[in-house]
Amino acid sequence: MKLFVNGEPHDVAAQSLDALLRELEFEGEWLATAVNGELVRSPDRWACRLNDGDRVEILTPRQGG
Amino acid sequence: MLRLYKTELSSRLLLGTAQYPSPAILADSIKASGTEIITVSLRREMAGRKSGDRFWSLVRSLGTHILPNTAGCHTLKEAVLTAQMARDVFATDWIKLEVIGNHDTLQPDVFALVEAARILSDDGFKVFPYTTDDLVVAERLLDVGCEVLMPWCAPIGSALGPLNLYALRSLRGHFPEVPMIIDAGLGRPSHAAMVMELGFDAVLLNTAVAKAADPVAMAGAFALATQAGRAAYRAGMLEPRDVAVPSTPVIGKAVFAQ
Repeated sequence: MKLFVNGEPHDVAAQSLDALLRELEFEGEWLATAVNGELVRSPDRWACRLNDGDRVEILTPRQGG
Repeated sequence: MLRLYKTELSSRLLLGTAQYPSPAILADSIKASGTEIITVSLRREMAGRKSGDRFWSLVRSLGTHILPNTAGCHTLKEAVLTAQMARDVFATDWIKLEVIGNHDTLQPDVFALVEAARILSDDGFKVFPYTTDDLVVAERLLDVGCEVLMPWCAPIGSALGPLNLYALRSLRGHFPEVPMIIDAGLGRPSHAAMVMELGFDAVLLNTAVAKAADPVAMAGAFALATQAGRAAYRAGMLEPRDVAVPSTPVIGKAVFAQ
């Protein structure tokens, strides 16, 4: 399945958002996720099924003003 | 005591965490400022890096309140989604709401800002809106549920200091009970003292501290200026006048020659 993760194309086997994070080694404890512009809270990632062409955003705390 | 959404604070200085020369200088600047609220953002993580974890560990160890921002968002949808993602990660319903409307001035898109503030307030967020010094926009933000306002005094990072004293006085005068934090454009401690003397409740700084030659010393200088401005406001300042008035008594002055 082809997905766009943080704007970059990826071919992945993962079927769920939870599995995608593992497959691409997003190992941080403090991550926020969204699929196709909708928030997916951390407890809901395992149930979030992915589809070809989905746009996934994976964000983390950073410096800010 | 400053009260923001029922949270009581001793410090009237909020500090951003971006652009410091090193994490150690960031941490020391936060301590030197005495701030109890720091701002943070959310950005894309890189696979296998855990970069956010390192920053977040440092920030959490400092024990301040966290105010996540929606910096860089240019649309209502982006800002609302970023706020939702911030709440999921930072476990706070505080959000510094920014919706940028102009690339050059980073002026907020106040129309999208008001609508985003309405959506987020209805969803339980405690919104700290980054806004202009426009009185009517301020009123709309209060109408949709904001209990704190964060007007600019000049464009972000410009260091120009208060540009429109009339507008700032007008804001303060119309909403005397609303906590107002001057959010952007402060460059020098004297700017912070000036807006505090006008009666604003706090200042939010980042670039002026982080890009100083000595950020830690500058953080301390801004802390002193903010305290001085607040103390002066509370003490009641002399109004300017166009004529000289001698401070030493005239009565009893010796007359040496005729």
